[in-house]
Amino acid sequence: MASLKINNKTHQIDVDSNMPLLWVIRDFAGLTGTKYGCGTGICGSCTVLMDGDPVRSCLIPVSAAEGKDILTIEGVENENKVLQEVWEDLNVPQCGFCQSGQIISAVALLKKNTNPSDEDIDTAMSGNICRCGTYQRIRSAIHKTADLNNPKTELK
Amino acid sequence: MNPIQKVTRRSFIRSMGLASGGLLIACNFPSSDEKNQKRPFNGSTFEPNLFVHLKDNGDLVLIASRSEMGQGVRTSMTSIIADEMDADWNLVSIEQAIGHPKYGNQNTDGSRSVRTLYETMRKMGATARAMLISAAATKWQVDKSTLITNNHYVVNTANDKKIFYGDLVKEAAEVAVPENPLLKDVKDFKYIGKGLKSVDGAGFASGKPKYGMDIKLPDMKYAAMARCPVTFGTVKSFDKAKAMAIAGVTDVVEIPRVAKPFGPLGGVAVIATNTWAALKGKEALEIVWDHGDNKVYSSETYDKMITDNVHKKGKEIRNDGNVNKAFKNAEHVIESTFNLPHLVHAPMETPNATAWVKEDGTCEIWAPSQAPQTARDNVAEFLEIEKEMITINVTFLGGGFGRKSKPDYVVEAAAVSKAVKAPVQVVWTREDDIQHSYYHAVSAQYMKGGLDKDGNVTGWLHRVAYPSIASTFAPDSGYAAGFEFGQGLINIPYQIDNVRCENGKAPAHLRIGWFRSVINIIQSFSVNIFVDELAAKAGKDPLQFRLDLIGNDRVEESKSGYHFDSAKLKNVLKTVAKNANYGKDLPEGHGVGIAMHYSFFSYIASIIEVSVEDGKLKVHNIHSVIDCGTAVNTDTIKSQMQGAAIFGMSLAYYGKITAKEGVVEQSNYHDYQMLRMHQAPEVHVEIINNNDKPTGVGEPGVPPIAPAIINAIYNATGKRYYSLPLMDHGLV
Repeated sequence: MASLKINNKTHQIDVDSNMPLLWVIRDFAGLTGTKYGCGTGICGSCTVLMDGDPVRSCLIPVSAAEGKDILTIEGVENENKVLQEVWEDLNVPQCGFCQSGQIISAVALLKKNTNPSDEDIDTAMSGNICRCGTYQRIRSAIHKTADLNNPKTELK
Repeated sequence: MNPIQKVTRRSFIRSMGLASGGLLIACNFPSSDEKNQKRPFNGSTFEPNLFVHLKDNGDLVLIASRSEMGQGVRTSMTSIIADEMDADWNLVSIEQAIGHPKYGNQNTDGSRSVRTLYETMRKMGATARAMLISAAATKWQVDKSTLITNNHYVVNTANDKKIFYGDLVKEAAEVAVPENPLLKDVKDFKYIGKGLKSVDGAGFASGKPKYGMDIKLPDMKYAAMARCPVTFGTVKSFDKAKAMAIAGVTDVVEIPRVAKPFGPLGGVAVIATNTWAALKGKEALEIVWDHGDNKVYSSETYDKMITDNVHKKGKEIRNDGNVNKAFKNAEHVIESTFNLPHLVHAPMETPNATAWVKEDGTCEIWAPSQAPQTARDNVAEFLEIEKEMITINVTFLGGGFGRKSKPDYVVEAAAVSKAVKAPVQVVWTREDDIQHSYYHAVSAQYMKGGLDKDGNVTGWLHRVAYPSIASTFAPDSGYAAGFEFGQGLINIPYQIDNVRCENGKAPAHLRIGWFRSVINIIQSFSVNIFVDELAAKAGKDPLQFRLDLIGNDRVEESKSGYHFDSAKLKNVLKTVAKNANYGKDLPEGHGVGIAMHYSFFSYIASIIEVSVEDGKLKVHNIHSVIDCGTAVNTDTIKSQMQGAAIFGMSLAYYGKITAKEGVVEQSNYHDYQMLRMHQAPEVHVEIINNNDKPTGVGEPGVPPIAPAIINAIYNATGKRYYSLPLMDHGLV
């Protein structure tokens, strides 16, 4: 029996301790916003925050997530609602499937770096593939969110 | 037969009162889609049909009959109805249609949703508006000549009285349907052309929309399939013991191949209580395969064979004048050979479907499908039940790009559900997706061109060989189909007296299918590069050379109703040159490349600036201009053009599927790579503003990208490349 804290809610889940966190989140916690894209950690669709760090949930055995704070897309509204609003406002998503992972990676970036440069964005976001090609708008959305969250903006 | 299928060229609209206290309007108009752009062997021939549902509280539910896969179709289609209806967009909600012929053609492909349904949707909205006005006239006992509408209200201009649409539902249901409702003047559009935000944007940003894989049913099982590594190979024998030993695995069953265009490949299915157990079970299977006839397929020898086939005379496809004579009399003759590999769609969401073949003999399916009616037809054939017993629910699609036009994965889910008598979700792994797709064709092309002493093109020979999409549907002749030649081979936009096009043999050994932009990718590649080569040989500027080669202003009539207008092509070319500041001084090591292409009846030109430093390519910026007639949603069009540029860069950089002894050699995003954030340039898009009928948007942005990059590399370095992907040339 694994005890998992996802979006500040504790789930008691009885699964194989090797099961990747991704499938526990999707099939057992019923949170389907976190997506399967490759199963090998290279596309970023399954990205969640674990104790604040972005991780590929398809590679993390559930045993390694016990006792950690897991944040999925469903919990982002309590973490960075502005970013979600900007995402909608700039019409960033196309098919939307990779966007949960993109947003989680962006939340992690903005937590550590309130005013990221293009290079910072490249570094933080290059693990997330978007087959529709929304990169340009993701970049704009991160900059805009930083501007809105950054008090210096008002002085500009 | 459904009565709607009997409607031929005659338009009709009908209305019916709803028990729930609403007004429902259904309508059906002839499609203006052209015959030779329709895909082959598609049984759907009836006309499009859409639904409006206005509730008595004013809520307006518009049904989206086409599938949402990122192209914004749920927003663009419904905004047209709402505009003509003068509806308040804030009161609109969208419902996704099930797959059913009553909605008309639902195939979401060919960049045709808005293109073919624009007029229908306008008339549907206008009809609703006219009926609401008549209803108000009846209610107020006034003449309707003084009545207008304003944002969900009917207003009497004589006395400024107004009434809410929702309060007119009962009366409107009694009104006779007008034959020819008045359409808005385009200057009065309030949603069309305004770049409305996606109706699904907030959902996408919060992880809420349900894609195929997000469907959960009570007692649903999960399945993973092992399929023969070689196309159409079969199971000889298998041992399920190790799979069954995995906790959560409940069944292992053999699923036979269904030898139809959209039949499942067959294999061994592992059924489990969760996805992970099914995937582990699949890995634990011990299967002996019979690889079958396609084990002869190795890309290395095959590519040589089709290249040989374009180096000799092929089947004549087009012949104007006399190319041999032109080459004989030419000042310069140049020849080039082009090779492009197979590609695979690799949408972020792999194929998957949830099927429930129920005890009562009915079947319900949830699938991310671009072709829900085709799915329904194929499931009905497989289960040998009436189509009316099958419900296909269309989920959001995590990308499609043509892969999800082929419902083999939907039939497969039905087969597994039938076998285990339970609702089952069949999930394809990324490896399954990349190794068992319907691939974009591998190709070889040969081109020969003649120039006179003034640098005019006097002769043009173009030979192509690629396994045909038709091979998926009929016995393979080894030759391509007419619709494939129409994608940039026989319909080049240039005025040249002597033109010959030929087709060389290329039998298929994989399932070949549509991929975003289809054969336009192949033929745009060679044509755009070859024109650049001719310009260089003629010593002319590549931009002016193209403008001259397009020739005089002319409109070429087409029975499709979409007439090629050379002035529009020249206009996008001139506009993109202006936007890119073509001719500007470039930094050392930089170069610019031009390409243009006419596809899905839209005109596109792109200019790309690159640099090559220490042998490594960087794309600095992309300018694209599109003329797609009326721009229904300007922001969506920009988004599609931006995405198309990235899609084109991905295939140019990395796109390569190869086979060895029939087995696809790539398996996941590590060896079938995608462009990533750090490589993505700014893509600047201009939409030519006009009120002509709308043409394609989703696909036409892709074909110019790869050749423009090649031409830019040439401009930067003097070196010309004739094949993709660029990673094979060490450039990326």
